[in-house]
Amino acid sequence: MADAVFRAEGIGKSYPGVRANDDVSFHVAPGEIHALLGENGAGKSTLVKMIYGLVQPDDGQMFLNGESHRPGDPRAARAAGVAMVFQHFSLFDAMTVAENIALGMENPPPRRALSARITKVSHDFGLPLDPARRVVTLSAGERQRVEIIRCLLQDPRLLIMDEPTSVLTPQEAELLFETLRKLADRGTAILYISHKLEEIRSHCDSATILRHGCVVDSCDPRAHSARELAAMMVGGEMRRIDRSGRRTGPVLLEVSGLSLPAPNAEGTALKSVNLTLRAGEILGIGGVAGNGQDELLAALSGEMRSQPGAITLEGRDLSAASPQARRVAGLLAAPEDRLGHAAVPDFSLTENTLLTAGRRKSLVRRGLIDRGAARAYAEEIIRVFDVRTPGPGTAARALSGGNLQKFVIGREVLQSPRVLVVNQPTWGVDAGAATAVRQSLLDLARQGAGIIVISQDLDELLELSDRFCALNEGRLSDPRPTENLGIDEIGLLLGGAHGMEVAQI
Amino acid sequence: MIDPLSVFLLLVAAATPILFAALGELVVERAGVLNLGVEGMMIAGALSGFAAAHATGNPFVGFLAAAVGGAAISLLFALLTQVLLANQVASGLALTLFGLGLAALFGKPLEGIKAPSMTAGPLGISWIVWLGLAMVPLIWWFLNRSRAGLILRGVGENHDAAHALGYPVHLVRGAAIAFGGAMAGVGGAFISIATVLQWTEGMTAGAGWIALAIVVFSNWTAVGVLAGAWLFGGVTVLQLRLQAAGIKVPVQLLSMAPYLATIIVLVLISARQKFSRRAGGAAPGSLGQNFHALR
Repeated sequence: MADAVFRAEGIGKSYPGVRANDDVSFHVAPGEIHALLGENGAGKSTLVKMIYGLVQPDDGQMFLNGESHRPGDPRAARAAGVAMVFQHFSLFDAMTVAENIALGMENPPPRRALSARITKVSHDFGLPLDPARRVVTLSAGERQRVEIIRCLLQDPRLLIMDEPTSVLTPQEAELLFETLRKLADRGTAILYISHKLEEIRSHCDSATILRHGCVVDSCDPRAHSARELAAMMVGGEMRRIDRSGRRTGPVLLEVSGLSLPAPNAEGTALKSVNLTLRAGEILGIGGVAGNGQDELLAALSGEMRSQPGAITLEGRDLSAASPQARRVAGLLAAPEDRLGHAAVPDFSLTENTLLTAGRRKSLVRRGLIDRGAARAYAEEIIRVFDVRTPGPGTAARALSGGNLQKFVIGREVLQSPRVLVVNQPTWGVDAGAATAVRQSLLDLARQGAGIIVISQDLDELLELSDRFCALNEGRLSDPRPTENLGIDEIGLLLGGAHGMEVAQI
Repeated sequence: MIDPLSVFLLLVAAATPILFAALGELVVERAGVLNLGVEGMMIAGALSGFAAAHATGNPFVGFLAAAVGGAAISLLFALLTQVLLANQVASGLALTLFGLGLAALFGKPLEGIKAPSMTAGPLGISWIVWLGLAMVPLIWWFLNRSRAGLILRGVGENHDAAHALGYPVHLVRGAAIAFGGAMAGVGGAFISIATVLQWTEGMTAGAGWIALAIVVFSNWTAVGVLAGAWLFGGVTVLQLRLQAAGIKVPVQLLSMAPYLATIIVLVLISARQKFSRRAGGAAPGSLGQNFHALR
């Protein structure tokens, strides 16, 4: 206890209307990888922001190496020996690797010396990086390396990692853990935030579990099952997903030879994508972001039109059909970006139902909005999908991510589509809401609809889908049955997603 | 006949107001701020510089006052956009209209007065022209080699990341805006003190807008700004010569020529450039967006 690198005692922080952290105490020993576990909104992010000086605690004390730690800003925290890798990369796209790293250091050495040090440290840790490359040209895994090297160059005593593996392939995640282990062996304390229970179980030495801003438990994660950890996180048994009672029927959707040019400079071209989807079936499509997921969804939803014969629904060629015509035919889609793409932020929930359900639910009559019907449909979604909101008149932007996601998915599911395409259905959604969304997709499949789930969450894909394929640089691999498909095999399928440049490992 | 060197020096002098204003705006935009008030800051500098030069009889005091005047009016923009988080486009347009109106009002008593004469520098051209030329490598060095410039570019590229790393986004942007205002002020004063040699209402005549266009088409580089400013200066000198030669072209068309030529050439150049960020296009990632620290 006395020789802990970092110790928090009774930390509390309030925001208007919310107690984000309350009486949080824990400590991290040298060389320890310490997990901070909790659902979204449990207060993990607020807690680490206080350690990194981005926000100031209202009460309680923190100690770093036995000395009082109360940084006024991140630079003070860095000077004290705290480094942080952010969940959303805090990188400057148009700048080079070296410039990015210099910005994260208090007193960077001259340019040439810095470049030499980057090359040396990155090779020492098996994370090769070219200091002169512009960040915009790097893959997600390489970008994370930049963040990690930026931290390593400062010889931190405490390294904070905020959900670092959410954008990595399993192989890249393994590499990350090897690096973290090497660091820990040198005596660095690591505070690791995640809600991926399996990875915490296999790699962390101890865990502190937060719920509603309070520490509810601490344990050795290796001694518990993932289910037990999840139960500690949510404070009760997790609802198990029910996959039973599904039967595959005739082919509903057929995509053959779908090729589309990239819609913009940052986009990915689709290259000869083929797939068939049967009634009652869930097809999972994995892949690292930016490999054509958005483009595939746009091609299926009708936002991008394709060449004749590429997309047929129950024998009807929909390749040139508009999104509205496709909805009428029964092909519905829910895009990844819920605020701005799937829903209009400043519209009420009632108005947002009209965006996709106007025709199928007859919410529009003779060109006029049927307000009553739209409100009734919004209320139905709120009731069936347990959307926590004051009412259908609330603006979409006022909902939390999980609740809005339930609303957006519910809006499509309750239209009884023939085929539903969803992209990242549970991204940034807490465990309870994620379970509800996944269960609703399974229930829809049970009723005979075909579903395509595009996701970067492999656990989710394995849990939901009957067949799995990977999207690599706009190419779709052949589908594999998910049963008996190991995570390693999937990793290799996805590995091509980076084109496996020499610099990868 | 025409001595090429003297024509070139005329060109350089004609380009100077725009060079100053565009270099200032370059720094502002690299910090992620789009200040459309360049014209307003130039005219504020033109008036305050002329007034100070007239009052003291020393043109260099005038240029100093112009820098202060331009910076002062730009701080109004900084207050609106960085403290009150108002929309940058609307605030910038308001700044231009405000500057033009304010200068017209306070400039009334100065109309018809001749500016004090200036001692010329090397090669018989003004010290201010030399200063403008020196600013090009200085600003290049500041942006690409200095620590402060790196932070400024970081703030402009991704203000959320800069904030997360602990850099004061609003402070950096406020300082950049003030510098841009000072540069625009000096540029405007060069018109009133060194070129026209008197104060007239609206004398900047759209130079601020050309400066804004040059910054964009220069792909946010100091050297590109210099090239754009010289192009404008070159056509200005040419059309003045043609006017003096009494060529049979309506004078309005000739006066229009520098603006037209600059825009056309810049569009032609930029059409061939790859503006995609992946290919090296340099539009700052957070340009024109206000930063709200929610945490």
